[in-house]
Order: sequence, then C-alpha cells, then structure tokens
Amino acid sequence: MTLHRGRGFASINYPIGMNLGGDPSQALVHSNPDGKFMVALSSIDLGQGMKSVTRQIAAETLGIPVEDVYVDTADSDTGPHCMGSFASRGTHRVGNAVIAAAREARSVMMEAAAQELEVNPDDLVTDGKGNIHVKGAPSKSITTAAACGAAQFKQGRTVSGRGIFLVPLSDVDPDTGEMTPVTCFAHAAMVVDIDVDDETGEVTVIEMNSAYEVGRALNPRLVEQQLIGGAWMGMSHALWETTEPYYPDRIHGPVDFNEYLMPGPGDIAPHHISVLERPAPDGPFGGKGPGEMCANPVLPAVANAVFNAVGVRIDELPITPEKVLRGIAAIGGPQPQPKW
Amino acid sequence: MIEFRKEYFADERDDNLNEIGKPTQRQDMLGHVTGRSPYFDDHLFDGLLHLKCLRSPHHHARIRSVDTSEAERMPGVKKVIRARDVPLNLNTLLSLMDFGLDDEPMLADKKVCYVGEPVVAVVAETERACFDAIAKIRVDYEVLPHVLDVEEAIKPGAPSVNPTYPTNTFLYHEKYDHQKLRFGDVEAALRQADHVVEGRYQMSPIEQAPTETCGAIAAPETNNRFVVYTSTQALFFSLGTAAKMLKVSSNRLHFIGGTVGGGFGGKVDSIHEPMAILGCMLTGKPVRYAWDREEEMQVGAPRGAERWYITDGVMNDGRIIARKFIGYFDSGAYTRLSSYAIIKGTGHLPGPYTIPNVSSDVYCVFTNRTPATAMRGFGITGVDFSIEAHMDKVASKIGMNPIELRILNSYRDGDMKAHRRLAKNTALIECCQVVAEKAKWKIGSEYKAMSSLKGGGGERALIPAHTAIDQKGMVRGSGTSSFGYQPQPYVPSTPTFPSTPAFPSVPAYTPAASSSPAPGAPERRPAENAPTPSSTYNPTPSQPATPVEQRPAVNRFSSISGLRRR
Repeated sequence: MTLHRGRGFASINYPIGMNLGGDPSQALVHSNPDGKFMVALSSIDLGQGMKSVTRQIAAETLGIPVEDVYVDTADSDTGPHCMGSFASRGTHRVGNAVIAAAREARSVMMEAAAQELEVNPDDLVTDGKGNIHVKGAPSKSITTAAACGAAQFKQGRTVSGRGIFLVPLSDVDPDTGEMTPVTCFAHAAMVVDIDVDDETGEVTVIEMNSAYEVGRALNPRLVEQQLIGGAWMGMSHALWETTEPYYPDRIHGPVDFNEYLMPGPGDIAPHHISVLERPAPDGPFGGKGPGEMCANPVLPAVANAVFNAVGVRIDELPITPEKVLRGIAAIGGPQPQPKW
Repeated sequence: MIEFRKEYFADERDDNLNEIGKPTQRQDMLGHVTGRSPYFDDHLFDGLLHLKCLRSPHHHARIRSVDTSEAERMPGVKKVIRARDVPLNLNTLLSLMDFGLDDEPMLADKKVCYVGEPVVAVVAETERACFDAIAKIRVDYEVLPHVLDVEEAIKPGAPSVNPTYPTNTFLYHEKYDHQKLRFGDVEAALRQADHVVEGRYQMSPIEQAPTETCGAIAAPETNNRFVVYTSTQALFFSLGTAAKMLKVSSNRLHFIGGTVGGGFGGKVDSIHEPMAILGCMLTGKPVRYAWDREEEMQVGAPRGAERWYITDGVMNDGRIIARKFIGYFDSGAYTRLSSYAIIKGTGHLPGPYTIPNVSSDVYCVFTNRTPATAMRGFGITGVDFSIEAHMDKVASKIGMNPIELRILNSYRDGDMKAHRRLAKNTALIECCQVVAEKAKWKIGSEYKAMSSLKGGGGERALIPAHTAIDQKGMVRGSGTSSFGYQPQPYVPSTPTFPSTPAFPSVPAYTPAASSSPAPGAPERRPAENAPTPSSTYNPTPSQPATPVEQRPAVNRFSSISGLRRR
C-alpha cells in the first residue's frame, strides 16, 4: 500500500440571485412608540442568518443600535411577499428591500425629530447609538425613542416604511442566448491537498486553502460559518454523496444515513480561508451572498488533486474508492504527476 | 483559520459603518442552542391526523384500476384520497412566474412515471394506520417501457415519459428543444487552435439531506381559513402553489414557517402543503404530511444529474480561443425547476473566463426517475465541476501551471461575456493570487502582477463581428399554435366551488361520517370548496386506455426568455 499525495486547484464565479431577475422581495418596517423597530418579512431563515443580516441592515439604515431592531419572518398574514430563500438571493434581494423600507421609516423619524427640535430635517444625523442630533452640534439632540414617541403621540405620524427590490426580468434570445442573467457575481479559488491510497482507493482530504470574494462581508461570523460548512459540503459532494451510486441505473439507492455516505467528523479537513471584499454596486452595502458558491470549487479541486496524485481522471462524481481503483488499474498502476 | 484581506479593493469600501461588518450574534441563536426554536413539526394539534401515500413500484406503468375499498374500512382511516379529489391535479412550480406548462399531478391518475410517484393518499389517526391501509390498496398496473438515461431518452422511439412534453425535452422559447448560446464561431476557431481538448463529465444526483425532513401541518382556522405550518424555503411559492391546486383564494391560507431544519434547495417543491391542506379540507381535521427518511432520499427531488461534453480550442501559450458545450440535465419525470436551471447555467458559460468563441446546447430531458429540483448551486455546481476539471486537462495538455492558465484566461472588468453583457466587479484573478500565496503554489511574477481592474475592455469588450447561428433542434410546428398542448386539467365529477370566500350561509360541507367530530369537540368547518368526499372509487377500466401521446393539440406556451408574457 502506498499513499500518494496530490494537490488540485479550481476557481469559480457565482451569479447572485435568480437568473434573469423578475424575483421581487418586500419588507415592512415599523416602530413602536419607544423607538424600537420591527422588520416584517415572509423570507425564510434556513439557518443561513436571514434574520440576523437583515437586522443589521435595518439598524444600519435606520441609524440605530442593532438591539433596537427585531426581524419577524415567515408569516404570510404579516410578512409581505418574498420569492423565497434560494439562488443566493436572500442577502441581495431581501437586504435591498429592507434598506428601502428602513429608509422610508427613517425619513419619518427624522422629520419628527426635526419638528421637535425646530430644525430642518436635512441638518439631522443619527449617531447609531439611539440619538439624533444636528450635524456638527451634538448637544442639539433628541433620542430616537423620543422622536418616535412624538411622531406617534403628538404629530400623528406612522414611523414606518415599505420596501421592495426587483431586478427587472430579462429576455433571452432563443438563437444566441443573449440575456442579463444577474447583476453581480461572487468569486472563489481553492487548493486542495489529498492522499490517495492505491490499495483501497480511498481519498483523504488533508487540507484546503481558499480565497472567497463575497462582496462586503456584512457579518463576518455568518460569512465564516457559510464558507466552512459549504466547503465541507463540496468535499462531501466530491467524494461521498449520491442518491444513485450507479446512475443512470437506480440500483443501490440509499434510504438512510447508514447507506447515504457523507464525511464524518474524522474526515473533516482543516480549511484556511481568506475573504476578499469587493462590494457589489447594487448589493446591500455591497453584499453579494456566499451561501451557495462556497461548495463549488471543492468538487473539481478534489478531482484534479486525484489526477495529480495517481494520474487518474475521475470525471464522474462522486469519486468513490471503486472508481479510483478501476482507474488505477486501467492505466496499469498509479502515475503520480508533477507537484506544484 | 479565516482571515479578511482588507487590503484588496479597500478604496471601494467604507469600512467604518456602525452595524455592517460587525460579528453580531444571530438573533435566533438562543432558541436554536437551547432547542426551543419552533419547527413545523412542533405544532401537534389535538386530534392530529397523518397522511401517507401509496407509491409506484414501477419506473413507468399505466394505472388500469385502483381498489381502495378494503383500505377504507381499516381502523383509524379517515379518508382515502385519489387523483379525482384534487381540484386542479396538474401543476408546474414555475407557473407562478409564467414559465412552462403544467405537467405534474399531485396524485397520479392514468399512469405513473417514476418509482415512488404517489398514487393514493391515506389520511388516518396514526402513521401506522396509514401504512396498514396502504397495504390493502390494490392497484392494477400495466408496466410500460421506461428510459433512465438522458441521451437514450432523446433518441427517436424512446418511451415517452411526460405527457406534456411527449418528446422528452422541455421546449425553449416556443422554438427549440434545447437552450442555445452562440458567441463567435466556435467551429472555425477550433480549426485554428493549436490543440483541441475534449471531455465528458457526469454530475451525480445528490440528496439535500436536511436534518428535518420536508413536511407540513395544516389545520382548519376560524373564519373559513386554513393555517399551515411548513418547512418550506419559499413561503409564498408554497402558498401560491397550494392556492392554485386547491382552487382557494390565497388569503384564506395562513402560512407560517420561518425556522427550517436545513433546506439546501430541497424545500421549494411545495409538495406537502397542498396535500396536507387537501387532507384537512376532506376531513375537517388537522393533518400532518411529512416524509420519512427513505422518502426524503428516494422520493424527494434530489439535485439532478447533469452530463456535460466540453471541447476547448487552446493555443500553445495557454489562451483558450474556443469552448463548446453540450449539456443534458436529467429532470426526472417532471419539470420542477430544471428548465430554469438550464437558462441559469447557460448564462454562466463559459465560466469566469474571457473566451472569444463560445457555443452551448443544453437539453432539459425527461426520464423515468424521481424529478430533480434545486440544490445549493443549482444550475452552476455541475457545470463548474465540468469546466474546472476540464481546465486541468487543458493545463496538462499544454504543460502549463493550472493557476497561471486560469489567471491568463480570467475575465476582467470591461470584458464582453458570452451572454453579451460587459463584466464588472470581477475578482477572480485576485482570488487565484491569494490562494496561490496561501498554499505556496508558485506562480510567475507576471501572473502575480495581473489584476481584474487592468487589461480588460478594449478589444476584449467587443462582440464578435460574426456569430455562427443555426436552427438545429427547431421543433416542428413551434412558434405556432399547433405545437404542444395543455393537457386538460382533471375535472372532478363534483362541481368546483367559487374561489372567492363563501359566506357562512352557504350550506356547510358535511364531513364523511367516519370523520365527524367527537361529541363536544369544537366544530371545524372545512372549506366550502372542498371536493365532496367519496367513499369509494369507481375505476372505469372498461374504457380503452387512451394513449397519452394523442391528446388534442392546443395552445399557448412559454415565450421570450421562456417567461410567458401576458
């Protein structure tokens, strides 16, 4: 038995949002009388952090602390329409809708504050800590709580806002495929190091190094969670997972997690990530959406590393020990390739 | 483990915002880590009924008859649901965006097209009672020839899988049996290339594998509405689909979701909500419909298989001057979302590279397997695997450093893309450079000096003077009203009710005796427009089966961009 070390590379870009557009999302924002805000959405938090990222976006736009905002999702009676959580559209589409709604609510809050302070609303700024003051004159100020209270109890204004974000639907030319697929792309590059056991055909991922460009990282912790989890999924797609192991034959289809193969904790490889942030011009504060694309470079990088290790091209996923052994046999033994 | 390389594109950002860019803990974290976040399955109503389906054991078969009489007499059984009980038993998910034709029934009626296709649904007091009743249902199938391979399925004479698309391909733009991309003249460029590199790639079907299987619980609400707790990834998608198939107005449905135990694309198909609501309508009781793990893995739609053929023309210096794709998406028996993913994949070609001649033909193919649907990276992951495995072959062929090959061919700001829009906001080169440095993979100094911001545009911004266009795959009769057909929706034998909310004075629907509320139980009044429950199903086997291929021609079809405009 010999272990053969190999390394593979892949780079990708990823379209953000539903292809061709035409996928609106809406948001409603309103304030309680004490300046605490609610954001109402029908968007779904899959665990990716929809509630959290829209909460930060709302707080940033309103100019108030994040603790002063809560996001309610996924009740069709109260949340306005959203296409859903897929196609890496949540941050981009819903984030922009929340910005629009929060801006409208903020403008009412600022007008109310201006009336209380007897100044022009254009001269007012928020400090992000719960205060509104005259630009350059911090002492002439009112709390956001007092402004919202005055709006509702004295001035008869609703401190609320509506927002929608829609990328207009693109046509597709049937003959050339000319179209506007999306408005921005995320990017990634990945190097994977593996060992291939030429007796068992097993591939072990030793280390992953990556660079992901995600637009602005709106919440670096959420970005990190997405990238780490997503890359593991990519590794799993490359080496383990399928519902039809002998596709297109339907035999041996797994029916539970004993038969459906995925990496266990011992198979997880160290992953060193660098995040680059090139803000998308039309993204919410430049955000794109790291959710889907983080898995994609891992699949080809692993396949390329297998070739580098033993000289076998596995062009059908997943790269099972059976395929590796058959591949090695077909070329008359492992043929390690030059190392980079 | 993770680092933020703030020096890149720093002049394009304001890094001094109050909340954006902060590692704020997620709002719902406390509920998750203490196990208190409510999921759909935490709404276990008193008297909750369960729904399970009898599923096809065959890849492809005509249903000659179904006998449910014994099942209906089984203890605990409240209702046996057949195709004819579904108000509108034909749908396609993207009809909500006016894309494609209705092609998939909630319950199979005349034939089954894949192993696992639901034929009969049983609502009973326990899941065990559902399974016991299902075991007593007798279905007489006439097994039909089937096809499982995409390239076999589009050969003449292949078994016709999906009655709405009898030639086993989705129809694009009322015109072609595939989605085209044409940019420059690939064949001419391949002749001029120093090397031609070919490859064939196969992406496997993959399970989304959420911890929480897909499901929904529907219950009658006051004021003639239904409340639905669901694991959906797309609340209004599922709500709209339910409203359409059940012919109820959307505002009589109160959908609540929002906490999902893993989605990954597998929870957009809106299978469970309409079925659970229908069960609720027909029994007047809360009904739960959820998949077990086996159903999740073998009946629930996976990431579809994709097969790609790539041919590159490359010069000795590493410049790729031509790239040709032929792709086959295995949609399974019905469309779901594969037709959409193909346009998305086409817009993505030829990957993040500037190549002056690109062509692609991608087919959405129907086969006798579980329908495919969305999964993380839908329409992109499979082709990215193919492109990047192929790039590695190109590098080997010409003996070039694989990272240098990518940087050399990388798209840059201002370049024209194959879908004829200018690239902007690009960052591939920088990602390649950073990862090379991290992994200590040596690249030449000239490649370290390249930038996404420089060297693009100019000549690279031009659309080729000549693009080779062809009419291959034009569908006979396309572009006219004679192509295709809209299969007639199943019309229940009972009258359909108006979709507008009815007033309480409308005669109340009377549940079947077996599902009468217990004495003293609060009265639950199902929708007035629920189909009348029938206690027995009367098959009509005496009529000769009509070949589905001979349905009457009609029709309207998807248009420009595949998105039908009204």
